Amino acid sequence: MEKTKLTIDIKEEQKKAQEAVKQQGLRVLVCAGTGCVANGSLGVIERFKELGADVSVLTDYDKMTIVPTGCHGFCEQGVLVIIPDKHVTYVKVRYKDVEEIYESHVRNNKPVERLLYTDPMSGEHVHKNEEINFYAKQTRTALANCGHINAESLDEAIAVRGYEALANILEENNPDAVIDTIEKSGLRGRGGGGFPTGRKWRFTAANKGGKSYVVCNGDEGDPGAFMDRSIMEGDPHKLLEGMAIAAFAIGADEGYIYVRAEYPLAIKRLRKAIADAEARNFLGKNIMGSDFSFDLHIKEGAGAFVCGEETALIASIEGERGMPRPKPPFPANKGLFGRPTLINNVETLANIPVIMLNGAEWFAQMGTETSKGTKTFALTGEVNNTGLIEVPMGTTLREIVFNIGGGIRGGKKFKAVQIGGPSGGCLTEEHLDLPLDYDNLLKAGAMVGSGGLVVMAEDTCMVEVARFFMNFTKNESCGKCVPCREGTKNMLKILEKIVAGKGELSDLDLLEELAHTVKDGSLCGLGKTAPNPVLSTLKYFRDEYIAHIVDKKCPAGVCTAMKTIVIEEDKCKGCTKCARTCPVGAIEGTVKQPHVINQDKCIKCEACLNNCPFKAIVLK
Amino acid sequence: MSVGSSHKISTSKLDEILSTYDFKKSNLIAILQKVQEEYRYLPEEAMIYIGTKIEGLSPATVFGVATFYAQFSLEPKGKYEIKVCDGTACHVRGSMPVLNAIRNKLNLKEGQLTSDNGLFSLETVSCLGACGLAPVVVINEKVYPQMTSDAISIVLDTIMKEEA
Repeated sequence: MEKTKLTIDIKEEQKKAQEAVKQQGLRVLVCAGTGCVANGSLGVIERFKELGADVSVLTDYDKMTIVPTGCHGFCEQGVLVIIPDKHVTYVKVRYKDVEEIYESHVRNNKPVERLLYTDPMSGEHVHKNEEINFYAKQTRTALANCGHINAESLDEAIAVRGYEALANILEENNPDAVIDTIEKSGLRGRGGGGFPTGRKWRFTAANKGGKSYVVCNGDEGDPGAFMDRSIMEGDPHKLLEGMAIAAFAIGADEGYIYVRAEYPLAIKRLRKAIADAEARNFLGKNIMGSDFSFDLHIKEGAGAFVCGEETALIASIEGERGMPRPKPPFPANKGLFGRPTLINNVETLANIPVIMLNGAEWFAQMGTETSKGTKTFALTGEVNNTGLIEVPMGTTLREIVFNIGGGIRGGKKFKAVQIGGPSGGCLTEEHLDLPLDYDNLLKAGAMVGSGGLVVMAEDTCMVEVARFFMNFTKNESCGKCVPCREGTKNMLKILEKIVAGKGELSDLDLLEELAHTVKDGSLCGLGKTAPNPVLSTLKYFRDEYIAHIVDKKCPAGVCTAMKTIVIEEDKCKGCTKCARTCPVGAIEGTVKQPHVINQDKCIKCEACLNNCPFKAIVLK
Repeated sequence: MSVGSSHKISTSKLDEILSTYDFKKSNLIAILQKVQEEYRYLPEEAMIYIGTKIEGLSPATVFGVATFYAQFSLEPKGKYEIKVCDGTACHVRGSMPVLNAIRNKLNLKEGQLTSDNGLFSLETVSCLGACGLAPVVVINEKVYPQMTSDAISIVLDTIMKEEA
């Protein structure tokens, strides 16, 4: 195949962009992801800009540039401020702290100790980003640039080799070779299913000729997962480049990014990134002077979890109710608007440019036998360092929870990890040394899913967790398949009965029977996996179910129905506020005398508990 | 579908929205999002109008799409839309007590979603992707991290004072 002569010299562009970054002088990176914005990062940025306006007072640099970046993934410690040249990471920075950082560290090279990260294990201050355990143990490829570049600047993306892979393949002009590379890399879909990406591309490319589409699934609906949000917010150009490469490989000229409406910042950044890339001819007609054209659009979701399923997502882009369709025909043959369509998840596509730059072998050397490369996980729940992490496939749960995650909060005891969201299952202490990859997790009755890892401690009730997920899937079931629609409803009813202390032992058998019916009788992944949290908690925490049913006790002390709300006599001042707040008149007592709750009347709404000015009301 | 039918809708406004989206069937969700932005809910007349104006659609199909997606409301939402995240991370870290505190504060009865004065509407959403800040509450566009019953109560007090 003949090579294409491009009109843009990407290496030259890269050099210019890198020079421009150098010209910025002292770079101060301030995280402007959703989490840090909520913690006030926009104010921090403004304050830095105010202080940096007077460049005459800077000592070592003639200029300071404040760079609003995307998500670092360490949201809990936000607002994060990183000054790479000073080798420092500041955490929990607020507006009022900025002046001190500026005066002490920027101008006088004296770090502000109190704003450094404190290691939860050793209790010591850590200066450098790479020394913080949370980061040190990670291998970042898909997330490599998140938090290190200005998420809204195309030039900064180019400076870190953005669009270089695209330029290379356009020059080579050999779509099949691209598919070969992706196949060889062993990359599997990061959205949950784990289907080999190269094979999917090959299937779609087989239908080359007419109109076909590339669709990016950014409908990250699993509660507790936010890696796709971070990529879209923090490094949008990487996603666009990945999509363009995919489109070139399969012969598509139009693409859609489907983003859930709950991610307004991601939508805003993607729109800007698309406009910027079009203006520089990295997207649009005859990209970089080649024959390849690619138009990219954004479609906003409207709040339906099932739209993460590829056929439902297609229906939603077409403007219809997002209900799954039977497969075959697979989207590769008959997808969006009836045309061949390649659908990949955000993280999968973000891996593409890196693989094309570094080669299939480089990617394949990371990970395990059947699961190559790295995987991002959203580590949340009862763990010290919550946030987004990226580790090689095959990393153990112990490494993730206790090293990267810094152990369980408040010294509590580890109980389980819920992995893969509402479709996943629980991993317990016995799985701590299991290398996490697609196949090991399936064997353990869980799944990688999109990579949500919610850590649970001794005071988390597993029955309540199962109820929580069942409530979620019941709400999100689209209603097309009866076993899913009615089955989830009835499973939820049983679980609600159990947490209310009204369960019977026979309920457990019924629950299992229903679980298998829903699994077997549903069309799409939502129904097929909805019973997983129940089955997996029944398998590993059956004793907790039995405690709820037989002893009418919640071992974790969570289920309100099995608790009583009492007023502690010595703390009660008799202010009568609780008696006035109680919606059912269950609290009796005279002014300035300790009050008492009539347990027969109490509905356990906790209104009194939340309103007591003396904290005299407690759950027992 | 009788709720809110008294709302005045402007067909010229709807035409403007429809033409931005080329009267295209595949843009229905985006069109409904714009309409909801305008009226804070989807008035029945607006849905009927859209259903008759776009080729290949009927009012019933529009209603079908509107009721499928959680984002759309057939009742007017409050001036302040409170979204309590009840994703896994938020749930584990106590989003329910926060939700109850809001219900109490706004005097919402069982099943009631909008406060009597129309100022606030309340809903739970599943995961806003800010799990590191759990539990999270979003009021209109503003994200309130690491909420407790007391903290949200102060937030609501501040808004109520501003509105008084």
